[in-house]
Amino acid sequence: MFQRMMSGTLGPVLVVVTALMVIWYGFAVFLNTPWQNDKNTRAEVVMAPMEFVGATLSQKRPLLPGPHQIAAELFKTTVQTPPTSKKSLIFHGWITLSSTVLGFAFGTLLGIVLAVAIVHNQTSNRSLMPWIIASQTVPIIAIAPMVIVVLNAVGISGIVPKALISTYLSFFPIVVGMVKGLRAPEAIQLDLVHTYSASPWQTFWKLRWPMAMPYLFTSMKVGIAAALVGAVVAELPTGSAGGYGARLLAGSYYGQTIQIWSALIAAATLAALLVLAVGLTERLVNASMGARP
Amino acid sequence: MVISAKNLGLTFQTGDGTVEALKDVNLEIKAGEFVSFIGPSGCGKTTFLRVIADLEQPTAGTITVDGKTPAEARKARAYGYVFQSPALFPWRTVEKNVALPLEIVGMDRRQAAAHIARTLELVELGGFEKKYPWQLSGGMQQRVSIARALAFDANLLLMDEPFGALDEIVRDRLNEQLSALWQRTAMTIAFVTHSIPEAVYLSTKIVVMSPRPGRVIDIIDSPLPKERPLDIRESAEFLALAHRVREGLRAGHSEDS
Repeated sequence: MFQRMMSGTLGPVLVVVTALMVIWYGFAVFLNTPWQNDKNTRAEVVMAPMEFVGATLSQKRPLLPGPHQIAAELFKTTVQTPPTSKKSLIFHGWITLSSTVLGFAFGTLLGIVLAVAIVHNQTSNRSLMPWIIASQTVPIIAIAPMVIVVLNAVGISGIVPKALISTYLSFFPIVVGMVKGLRAPEAIQLDLVHTYSASPWQTFWKLRWPMAMPYLFTSMKVGIAAALVGAVVAELPTGSAGGYGARLLAGSYYGQTIQIWSALIAAATLAALLVLAVGLTERLVNASMGARP
Repeated sequence: MVISAKNLGLTFQTGDGTVEALKDVNLEIKAGEFVSFIGPSGCGKTTFLRVIADLEQPTAGTITVDGKTPAEARKARAYGYVFQSPALFPWRTVEKNVALPLEIVGMDRRQAAAHIARTLELVELGGFEKKYPWQLSGGMQQRVSIARALAFDANLLLMDEPFGALDEIVRDRLNEQLSALWQRTAMTIAFVTHSIPEAVYLSTKIVVMSPRPGRVIDIIDSPLPKERPLDIRESAEFLALAHRVREGLRAGHSEDS
């Protein structure tokens, strides 16, 4: 019985989730205890152990909220709040999503263009690659506010500066993956098209590009998650404009830990959905390319 | 003369010095001949084929293909090349794989469709047009790659150990089919192998080669008739020819060991 349960996906997943919950609740009680003690001492209240544990898990601004508090907040801010309200996580999610997708589209395009240049031209291989790698060693949290402030100063505001931060983070995995993908054709396949006297253009579209597809989708999965991080980071300095980043910042200003955690969970869920969407696209493309089912 | 090589040489520069892949190769191949190149690895048989195909550049001597330089012949699409592995594009169906060279040449679709149907018929693969490579056996995949090499009607077919990776039974069958194909089409075929029976069964001329430096040590004209059933391999003529090839290979080997 136990073995059968553990052989599927559901069993192991349940075990892991349960373990996480136990650990989380343990930490929540432990971390919220000092404050609860202070409060009880000041109010001169003495609680029974179970009552005390219950109190640590129902504070308004706990150090670490319990999962049920986050779940309740998530339910309240998605289902019970209209999506047009500034308190709705769907409202903020849409803002983050639109700049993520726009930035990711830019990033993918930029990544592919750079990879094509690098693969076809020795000079650009040697001159571009060091800069591309260097670009990723700059902490994004340092560069994002500057980009947004500078662009605002020249009159570019709104979604574009935020999207550019997403682009900055997402183009990198695309370049690296596509350079590898466009170089994936074997010597024998390149010899083959050489015997047909194919032009570089034909070699690209008939051989290199289809060959690079698996690499493109793998990089896109990494890239879209990075794009979301970029969008959230870019929303920190813009503050009032909304998005999960703004929500996180507002939460930390006012010590609203439950709000911070629910924004985090919402952002993580959005990232998972985006990666899933890329995965589904990959499946469709694979099927159209006759991949073994 | 389809191929004419005079004092052809090719040396590679490698980490541990120069390698003479080909030295003083003199060879003439007439239209309609089936020529096999046989020898141990490193004897330059594949290199010679690649020189004909303009995939390697000779460092000495001259070679003409259809009276032109190899590069001109390649640009004129004078030959089809079959590699050691089928090298099919996995994202293309059988017919799309055969269509690849025609797309590159820029042949119009209707004309191309006729070519594809005819070449697939030649390699007995009619009915498999819509299959993907992974749905075919190794032997069938190699036949698709032969069809692809035949697609633009070149009169010269270059084959580099095309059946080397296949088992004996499939290989016999493909040899028989290839022989029949050659008789029907009157093409010139240059065929690299290291199987003595395969070389003797298929060829009108056998070029025996030896390594270090890669060179031709014997050129044997086959006395076998053009029509060749598989059981010709039991005949005395066949065995005598095979013996001569084996002796030639052994002589080439003893020089450097």
